Amino acid sequence: MKPRVLVIDDDSALAEMLGIVLRTDGFEPFFVADGSHAVQAFHDVKPEVVLLDLMLPGLSGIDVCRAIRVESGTPIIMLTAKSDTVDVVLGLESGADDYVVKPFKPKELVARMRARLRHHEDLVAETLTIGPPESAVQIDVPAHQVRRQGIQIALTPLEFDLLVALARKPRQVFTREVLLEQVWGYRHAADTRLVNVHVQRLRSKVERDPERPEVVLTIRGVGYKAGPP
Amino acid sequence: MTGRLVAPVVAVAARGWRRVVREWRRSLQLRVGASTVVVTGAVVLIIGLFLVNEISSGVLRAKRDAAIAQVDLGLQDARSTLASVDPGDISGITNALATVTTDLTATGSNAGLYTISIGTANAAVASLLSPQPPISAALRRVVQGGDLAMQYGPMPRPGAVSGTVTGLIVGEPVSTRTGAFELYYLFPLSAEQATVAIVQRTVLLAGIALVVFIALITLLVTRQVVRPVRVAAQTAERLAAGDLKQRIKVEGSDDIARLGQSFNEMAGSLQRQIRRLEELSRLQQRFTSDVSHELRTPLTTIRMAAELLHAHRADFAPALGRSAELLTIELDRFEALLADLLEISRYDAGAARLESELLDLRGVVASAVDASRVLAARHGSVLMVHAGDAPIPVEMDSRRVERILRNLIGNALDHGEGRPVIVTVGADDGAVAVTVRDHGVGLRPGEAGLVFNRFWRGDPSRSRLTGGTGLGLAISLEDARLHGGWLQAWGERGIGAQFRLTLPRRSGDTLDSSPLPLVPDETVSA
Repeated sequence: MKPRVLVIDDDSALAEMLGIVLRTDGFEPFFVADGSHAVQAFHDVKPEVVLLDLMLPGLSGIDVCRAIRVESGTPIIMLTAKSDTVDVVLGLESGADDYVVKPFKPKELVARMRARLRHHEDLVAETLTIGPPESAVQIDVPAHQVRRQGIQIALTPLEFDLLVALARKPRQVFTREVLLEQVWGYRHAADTRLVNVHVQRLRSKVERDPERPEVVLTIRGVGYKAGPP
Repeated sequence: MTGRLVAPVVAVAARGWRRVVREWRRSLQLRVGASTVVVTGAVVLIIGLFLVNEISSGVLRAKRDAAIAQVDLGLQDARSTLASVDPGDISGITNALATVTTDLTATGSNAGLYTISIGTANAAVASLLSPQPPISAALRRVVQGGDLAMQYGPMPRPGAVSGTVTGLIVGEPVSTRTGAFELYYLFPLSAEQATVAIVQRTVLLAGIALVVFIALITLLVTRQVVRPVRVAAQTAERLAAGDLKQRIKVEGSDDIARLGQSFNEMAGSLQRQIRRLEELSRLQQRFTSDVSHELRTPLTTIRMAAELLHAHRADFAPALGRSAELLTIELDRFEALLADLLEISRYDAGAARLESELLDLRGVVASAVDASRVLAARHGSVLMVHAGDAPIPVEMDSRRVERILRNLIGNALDHGEGRPVIVTVGADDGAVAVTVRDHGVGLRPGEAGLVFNRFWRGDPSRSRLTGGTGLGLAISLEDARLHGGWLQAWGERGIGAQFRLTLPRRSGDTLDSSPLPLVPDETVSA
C-alpha cells in the first residue's frame, strides 16, 4: 500500500512536478490548489502525510494547518518560500511538524516525508512514567497513548515521539541537535527552532502550568530533559 | 557624642550644597536672577555709599562755615568787652568773661545752638576758667599758639543731665591787652546727625527696594524666555525618544514664537523623512520577500526537473547527459547566489534580526567543521580544530555564527592549496574568538580590507570548488556586526591568511579586545 500524500499547492507546475517525483519515490499523491477546499480534500483523501504551501488562495496555509490540527495529528510538512523566522515559527506554531524551504531538493523532501512516516516497529509493551508524582505523565508506547492522572492527552505523532525520546532516558539531557536527529531524522544539524516550537506545543498539552514546566525541563545552554518522577 | 551629631549635619549640608550646585547648573533662570541681583546690589551699594558720603560731608561743611562765621562774630564782642578790663583785676576779668559768655550765648545764630567756653593761660584766673573735658589739651595748645582750631568730638548733650552727643568745637584765640584768652564754641551736631541718619536710612531702603524689584523683573523676564526654551527642550527630548508627533504650542509672533515655529517645522520635516525612510524600508523588505517567493516556486520546479534528469543521465546520449549535469551544478550556484542576494538585501533593508541564545561555541564550531569535511576531502586539505576542553557558553545566533564559520572555512579551503587549515577557538571573560588559518596563497598588501567587499575576487583565475557567490564574506561581516562582533582578515603573500571572528560573550556588550591575535604567532617570531 503506497503512502497517500495530499499536496496543497496552488502552483500547477510545481504540483505536477511534485507528482512525478512522489510517484517515482513510491507515494500516491493527491492535489488541491485552493486553501478553502483543503480541509474537505483532507477528509476525502485521508492522507498519511500532508505537503502544505503557506501562500495559498482562499484559506492561508497557516489557517489550513490549524484546521487540520484541530481534528488530526497527521504529519504536516510546510513548503515555504520564506526562510524568515517569523514565517517559519508561525507555521510551526500553527501545528506543522517540519518544513522545507523552496527551492528544495526532491531527495531532501522525500527524506523529510519518510522521517515523518517512519513507523514504530517496536511493538513491545512498554510503559514510561515521567514528571513529579502529583502530575505524572504515563506513556503507553505501543498504544500511542499518553495519560496524566488517568486523563488521556491527545498528542500528534511528532509530539508523541518527542515525549517518548525524552522519557526513555529520563536522566539524559538532550541537546536540540540530538533531538533533531532522533525525532525528526535530520542527520546534520538543522533549524533548532523546530525543537523549541514543538517543545512549547508539547508543554501546552502535558504540563499543568506550561510557564513552570515539570514534565519537560529546559537545561539552560544545553537542551531538554524529562522531569524526574 | 558631638561626632555623632555633627556627621548627619555635615551630610545634610553636603546634600543641600550639592542640590544647590545642581540647581545652579540646571537653571538658567536661577543663574541670570542671581547674577542680576549681585550686580545690581553692588551698583546700588556703591551709589548709596557715595550719596551718603556726599550728603554728610555737605551738611558738615555748611555747619562748619556757619560755625566759623559765628565765632568771628563773637570774637569782636569778646575782644571789646575784655579790652575794657584792667589786666590786674581778677574779679573784673571774671565778671567780664561771664558777661561775654552770657552775651554770646544769648546771641541767636544761623549756626544753631551752641555753648561757650572760655579759657586762659593767665594762671590767676585759670582755675575759674579752665575749660571742661570735651576741649582737649591738644586743641587748647593750638589755640594758645594763636590759631583758629576745630575739632569733632563727643560733648555733653545740651539741656540734658547726662549723655553725650557728637559735636563740633571751634576755638579761637582772643588776645587783648588784658591777656590771652581762648574762646571755644561748642556746637552739638545732633540735628546734622539726624539728617544724615535719615539720608542713610532712605538710601538703604531705596537700595533694597531697587534690588528686590530688579530681581523680580529679571525673574519675570527670564521666565518669559526660559519657559519656552524649557518646553522646546522637553519636546525635543520626546522627539528624540521616538514620539514624532510632539509639537510646541506657538502663541503670538515674537522671537520665541518663531523659535517654536521653526522647531515645529523641523520636527515635521524630520517626521516626514523618517516616515519616508520607514516606508522605503518596508517596501524594500516587502519586495525582497515577494521576489523571494515568486522566484523560489518556479525554481523548485526547475530543481526537481533537473534532479530527475540528472538521476537518469546514464540513459541519455553523452551530450544530453552532460547537459543534465551542468544544469544541476549551475542550478546549485544560482540558488546559492539567490539566497545570498536575498540575505544581503535583508541586511540592507535593516530587516535582519538576531535570535540569540546561550550555546557552547565549541558545538557551533564543530558543526561548521563537520559540514566542511566533504569540501576539505575534495581539496585534499587537513582540517584541524583547537577548541580546548571547557565549554564556552556564548549568547549568540548559532545559525549566523555557523554560517560565518562555514564561510571562513570554505574560503580557507578554497585558497589553502591543499595545505592544512587550522581552526582555533579562544575565550576570555568578555569575549570569544575563532581564527581560521590557511597556508595558501595569502593576501597582497591592502587586500585584507577588500576581501569583505561584495563580489570581490582575489585572483580571478583561481578555481573555486565551492562555487562561492562572492557574497559570503560580505554576509559574514554583516552577521558579525549584528552580534556586535568583529570579523578581520590578515594575510601575507606566500605565507597564508588568517580570518578572526570575535564576539562578545553577552549580546549587547561592546568589544575592546580579542582573546586571539589576528596575526599568527609563528609569523611574528619568524
